[in-house]
Amino acid sequence: MKGLHYHYQVPGDDFTRAGEASGAIKAALKKLGFSPQVVRKVAIAMYEGEINLVIHGGGGEIDVDIDGEKVTMVLADHGPGIPDIQKAMEEGWSTAPDNVRSLGFGAGMGLPNMKKYSDEMTVESVVGEGTTVTMVVKLV
Amino acid sequence: MTGKELAAACGFTLACGSGEREIGGEIYCCDLLSIVMGRAPADGLWVTVMGNLNSIAVAVLTDSACILLAEGMGLDEDAKARGDQQDVTVLKTPLPVYEAARAAAKALGLP
Repeated sequence: MKGLHYHYQVPGDDFTRAGEASGAIKAALKKLGFSPQVVRKVAIAMYEGEINLVIHGGGGEIDVDIDGEKVTMVLADHGPGIPDIQKAMEEGWSTAPDNVRSLGFGAGMGLPNMKKYSDEMTVESVVGEGTTVTMVVKLV
Repeated sequence: MTGKELAAACGFTLACGSGEREIGGEIYCCDLLSIVMGRAPADGLWVTVMGNLNSIAVAVLTDSACILLAEGMGLDEDAKARGDQQDVTVLKTPLPVYEAARAAAKALGLP
């Protein structure tokens, strides 16, 4: 199959729009006929990343590439960066502020969920410059 | 059993959506959305007290069949509009979470 590319701008601190990009990708994958398991994995992994862009990254960009073998999601922000990626990957570790917690986020499950629902994940981060997370969900 | 049928069986109120989707999975109770994202089963009934816009997004992305808002909690206006737009069935009950889940489990024939 010919590769497909989708690009999304995610505004920072706007929880009313969080999930729009993930929702759009979910709808696109469903329309393309991918299995419900693949659609769910991509939707969950990408939504967690999208929420992280909103909460921590001050917004950012998401690029999604789909080919015959995999869905690749690249989420990039120019936020404060992650000083200790290993710590950030621990379940329950969170630096989310109180207003975010009152919305039901900030349980420290974002990155762990992204790892759980993707088949491959890399996190590159430079403090003061930003973070780029790449996730791959395999189709076969 | 559909959301609408569950509402009739348990005395829950339909807060948004058509109520036509079949509930075919398990019942899951939690309020922290990041935990729900990781664990809510597809096609299930999700019992929570969080009735905001993000709850609707989480239900859509986890493919939950129905949200049940416990403790008399309501949906805020934005959430209702988005829920209707995306046809997410949301039911309401004054019951606490445990009692609400128990009543639903009985109606759905779950152990």
